[in-house]
Amino acid sequence: MSLIQVTNVHRVYNETDIPVSALKGVNLSIKEGEFTAIVGPSGSGKTTLLNIIGGLDSATDGSLEVAEKNITHLGTNELIDFRLNNIGFVFQAYNLIPVLTAKENVEFIMLLQGWEKNKREQRAMQLLEEVGLKEKVNSKPAQLSGGQQQRVAVARALASHPKFVLADEPTANLDSASTNNLLDIMVELNQREQITFVFSTHDQRVIDRARRVITLEDGQIKSDIHK
Amino acid sequence: MIYLRLAWKNIWRNKRRSFITIASILFAVFFAVFMRSMQLGMYAKMINSVVGSYYGYIQIHSKGYWEEQSLDNTFERSINLEKEIKSTKEVVSCVPRLEGFALLSFDEQVRGVSLTGIDPNEENNFSSLKNKIIKGNYLIQEDKGVLIGEGIAEQLKLKCGDSIALISQGYHAVSAGGKYTIKGIVKLNSSRMNNSTIFMTLGSLQEFYGTGNRISALAINLKEGSNAANVMAAINPKLNVQEYEIMDWTEMLPELVQIIKADSSGGEIMVFILYMVISFGIFGTILMMIAERRYEFGILLSIGMSRLRIITVVLLESIMIALLGVGGGILFSRPFLYYFNANPITLTGKAADTLRKFGFEPEMPTLLDFSIPLTHGSAVMMISLCLSLYSVFSILKLKPLEASKR
Ligand SMILES: Nc1ncnc2c1ncn2[C@@H]1O[C@H](COP(=O)(O)OP(=O)(O)OP(=O)(O)O)[C@@H](O)[C@H]1O
Ligand SMILES: [Mg+2]
Repeated sequence: MSLIQVTNVHRVYNETDIPVSALKGVNLSIKEGEFTAIVGPSGSGKTTLLNIIGGLDSATDGSLEVAEKNITHLGTNELIDFRLNNIGFVFQAYNLIPVLTAKENVEFIMLLQGWEKNKREQRAMQLLEEVGLKEKVNSKPAQLSGGQQQRVAVARALASHPKFVLADEPTANLDSASTNNLLDIMVELNQREQITFVFSTHDQRVIDRARRVITLEDGQIKSDIHK
Repeated sequence: MIYLRLAWKNIWRNKRRSFITIASILFAVFFAVFMRSMQLGMYAKMINSVVGSYYGYIQIHSKGYWEEQSLDNTFERSINLEKEIKSTKEVVSCVPRLEGFALLSFDEQVRGVSLTGIDPNEENNFSSLKNKIIKGNYLIQEDKGVLIGEGIAEQLKLKCGDSIALISQGYHAVSAGGKYTIKGIVKLNSSRMNNSTIFMTLGSLQEFYGTGNRISALAINLKEGSNAANVMAAINPKLNVQEYEIMDWTEMLPELVQIIKADSSGGEIMVFILYMVISFGIFGTILMMIAERRYEFGILLSIGMSRLRIITVVLLESIMIALLGVGGGILFSRPFLYYFNANPITLTGKAADTLRKFGFEPEMPTLLDFSIPLTHGSAVMMISLCLSLYSVFSILKLKPLEASKR
């Protein structure tokens, strides 16, 4: 049974003078507990694909099912709710609300979901500990390094027990030590708690640690390797 | 709660910008409130010195009197009616008056004067006439003497103890005449009245004109801040509408209403310009804020914060900034208002002379009435709420994908 089922997805950007075909019939199935890297040259369609899987953008054609629910035709407000309850996001940078502390940032998603204060705080503390930021719970994003900020973002992404975590080039702005550290945490979470990660990357060190590598080229899947 | 906290924290993200915005709202509210309190205070003073100290906020006459002010349009005085009016809510005093004209002759000089018959005690309670005596003494009940305006005394070189002769036409065209001793000289606010008015007791004047127990008006003063229309509505059922007319000061003194309106509109234009200026300031802040935070809003939308929730936070931010500015402006203005209420600015020179001619004291005590800050405070709140609709629309149009573009 697949968690994410992408069937013949096309995405054409019509906003420009010349329409750009960013995805040209992508078929893809991701199971629970996978640790998948989407790779490929710049402009190959990685971000476009992740956006569609995350319900941030819709396919021009084709369909998308998440946990057996077809979300291809959800309206924008339904999609917001869908994202809140099913998907954890880690963006390339500047993920966090600058005025809130690390702990408050992690709590934020649970707040939106209406968790009660005790549970929220407990889980936020636990998650920050898991990503190795026990000491930084009360720091604001500006007081954290890029790598620490990304770790807070991972903690936040996990806060609401999402079905999977999407990360578009989460290590692009990090040095190699921070990259390794973030990857260690992601791998660990994946192995210990069966959390499904789908991320795009350019970085060979990241690719090396993925268990499945999907290569995109010119909007199509060129290879799909399980290690 | 979380929205409030988040909004509060967001305000202080860009301390300098928020501070400047709040300060501009604060000063706008301060100036608007201060200026209007000063203006409205001056009008209140004008009204008080003309209306409160002579005409009364409301007058009752025999029907048709105000159109044709003659002795034939007087009415029989009724103590009962006066009692009833005095017992009406908000009424402070109600005095009877008889008014008419006469020729005064003294030492081969003759001039026209207006005569006013009063009840000395009640009139003093009503208009503090006693305090306006500058020479001689005030009238006592049943007094046969008269009080004359300072202007007449100066022009005719009259002094206390002099005898003057008055000649006129009385009730139903009988001829009227008599000799009166000057008991005191009064200085009246209105230069017109100061140059023409002679007071005597109601009894003397009724005898002079042969009107019997008739009077031309009941002048009524109200508690500060009362609404004349409400009081009139309360008095009306007690009057026979066939016989009497009841008027408030705006009907009796349309010129005064005109002067105030004309002057006030100048102030309103100033306030409007002030509001325009701060509107641009507030709008600029909103534009910058939205531009700066597009990416962040995109992230929030992406991770599942609904537009409605984002809008709530942003609106709360606008409300908080406006409240801080408005509240600060109002608070800041209070001590100034109190100070200039206790120590009014006194006009000098030509402006002061013009005001005096109309019977206004050229002082401008600020009005402490809280409706002024309330009006301007809520106006500014409304302006900033309307302007923040712009941020509402931008957030409604926002797409989560903006998050991935930076
Ligand atoms: N909003 C857009 N409007 C028009 N064309 C777009 C838009 N976004 C992406 N594209 C185009 O779609 C194609 C795929 O872009 P995408 O961002 O998915 O590539 P990517 O693999 O993520 O590249 P990178 O590695 O540089 O991030 C590119 O040719 C790009 O120019
Ligand atoms: Mg990309």
